[in-house]
Amino acid sequence: MTVVTAPVDPAAEMEAQLTGGKLDLTGRLFTLVLQISLGLSLVVLGILVWDVVSTGSDVLTGRLGDFLTGTMKSQADASGLAQGIRGTFFIGLFTVVFAFPIGVGAAIYLEEYAKPGRLTHFIDLNIRNLSGVPSVVYGILGLTIFVKALGSITGPESNGRSVISAGFTLAILVLPIVIITAAEAVRAVPRGLREAGFGVGATRWEVIRHHVLPYAAPGILTGTVLALARALGEAAPLILVGAASGFLTTGDSYEVGALQDRFTALPQIIATWAGRPVAEWEGVTYAAIAVLLAIVLLANAAAILLRNRYEKKRA
Amino acid sequence: MAPSIDLTEATRVDHADAGAPGPTDPTDSSVVFDVSDLSVYYGDFRAVRDVNLEVRRREITAFIGPSGCGKTTVLRTFNRMNDLIDTARVEGAIRYRGVDLYDPAVNPVEVRRRIGMVFQKPNPFPKSIYDNVAYGPRIAGVKKGMDDVVERALRGAGLWDEVKSRLKSSGLSLSGGQQQRLCIARAIATDPEALLMDEPCSALDPIATARIEDLMQEIKDQYTIIIVTHNMQQAARVSDRTAFFTTEVNDESDTRTGVLVEYDLTDKMFSNPSDERTENYVTGRFG
Repeated sequence: MTVVTAPVDPAAEMEAQLTGGKLDLTGRLFTLVLQISLGLSLVVLGILVWDVVSTGSDVLTGRLGDFLTGTMKSQADASGLAQGIRGTFFIGLFTVVFAFPIGVGAAIYLEEYAKPGRLTHFIDLNIRNLSGVPSVVYGILGLTIFVKALGSITGPESNGRSVISAGFTLAILVLPIVIITAAEAVRAVPRGLREAGFGVGATRWEVIRHHVLPYAAPGILTGTVLALARALGEAAPLILVGAASGFLTTGDSYEVGALQDRFTALPQIIATWAGRPVAEWEGVTYAAIAVLLAIVLLANAAAILLRNRYEKKRA
Repeated sequence: MAPSIDLTEATRVDHADAGAPGPTDPTDSSVVFDVSDLSVYYGDFRAVRDVNLEVRRREITAFIGPSGCGKTTVLRTFNRMNDLIDTARVEGAIRYRGVDLYDPAVNPVEVRRRIGMVFQKPNPFPKSIYDNVAYGPRIAGVKKGMDDVVERALRGAGLWDEVKSRLKSSGLSLSGGQQQRLCIARAIATDPEALLMDEPCSALDPIATARIEDLMQEIKDQYTIIIVTHNMQQAARVSDRTAFFTTEVNDESDTRTGVLVEYDLTDKMFSNPSDERTENYVTGRFG
């Protein structure tokens, strides 16, 4: 049997086949949805930043130096952030100095040393739960332990309501975040790298110190950035551990001896000023938000630079 | 019985000590590893059972067999690498020159310094070529003459001429075959007596594979080598003795356990095996 067909140019036919085919509509639609999601997030962020900067612009351009170095006053146009910046600085310092080493240490123990079993699983689960506990609960914890029970150490003159109490409270608040992200970074270290270390006769500690930690460092630092940003931005625990909300004459000294004095921090100042019903406070409130954002960004930038250095090393 | 050595103390045996009796005698073909009634369990699951074999000095011993037959599992008991798996457990004995490697007093770190390992996937440290090789000797306490140690190891692994001008560049910048030879250099830098190779060529192209096989022939008079391979031709080409493993299926629990079927000179294993299962495997009828 023969099939009679019209003579066709084989190349043209192949071209028709290869250039045809159905349009991938769902795929394109999906890409569009993703682009819209990203766009919306950026728009919201843009509006926020614009709103903050434009509302606070009078203060930020008019009297920035004065605003950053002045103290809290009853008059909006005379108020400054020196005490708030100092409090936020020490809270960040406490977080880095205490939450970071303790959190990373706990993470290494959980991942590298603890025998997997019910107890380890239970602890792991609870650390995850703790990272979701509302910050106000940590505020109550800080109030009970650092302000009341340990008040004679944290602040004999200020009834425990010092930046020491706030620093420890926020360090504890972010500890679970540090542990979880560090543990994940340690877990992501390839098995081949560990085996290579053990294979040439390294001890467990040498494998961790020389191979696991350097490899996990970028991930650990990312976790620290998240934790630090959270600690610097929390207001609720500060209210509970007694951050001053106004008329504070001290609290701008960076001396060690002043750590036990009464204090305040930027989120507390923002929350207080924002609550004042007079329109004149609006400008300084937004300017204070801009300053807090700038500080958080600076802290993040430092950690990201450090992370990039480690990332280059492992390539 | 072979003269036993002390693996429990942090002392290194200098194999380069010329003229010493016993293990450094080039004509010595004494038993290095004596495996008796070895079974390995992962939890309750018995992965391999009742392995008995002797690995001789300055020979290349190949472990062959189908996937899941436990050849890698057995290999990893030779330098206590299975210790890294929490559920792994060993019964029976592996004597390394008379010392039971699983004796509680034995320090696995000392074992691994004397029994080097090369892994399936090239796994250089994310460090320079120099530091990759120097790492083992450095943690073993070698301080002086590191340049010589590194050069000797890289020459030993046939990599020196390719990398001597760029020792400071990353080990990860090398090609796959070069990376694997770097791993061999790293393993021999600690001056081990034995080298365990777990399918060292499975991620390499035929040319790189041929280089590694040539290298094995060149260094076999200095090291006792055990190689796990999926590739029967490779076993036939490079090894002096071959162990053939296969799996037994337990119908009751639906689990597979690896068993050692036959262990003999490679020539005999491939030309005239005594076990029918070996014959079926080496002639390509199954596996």
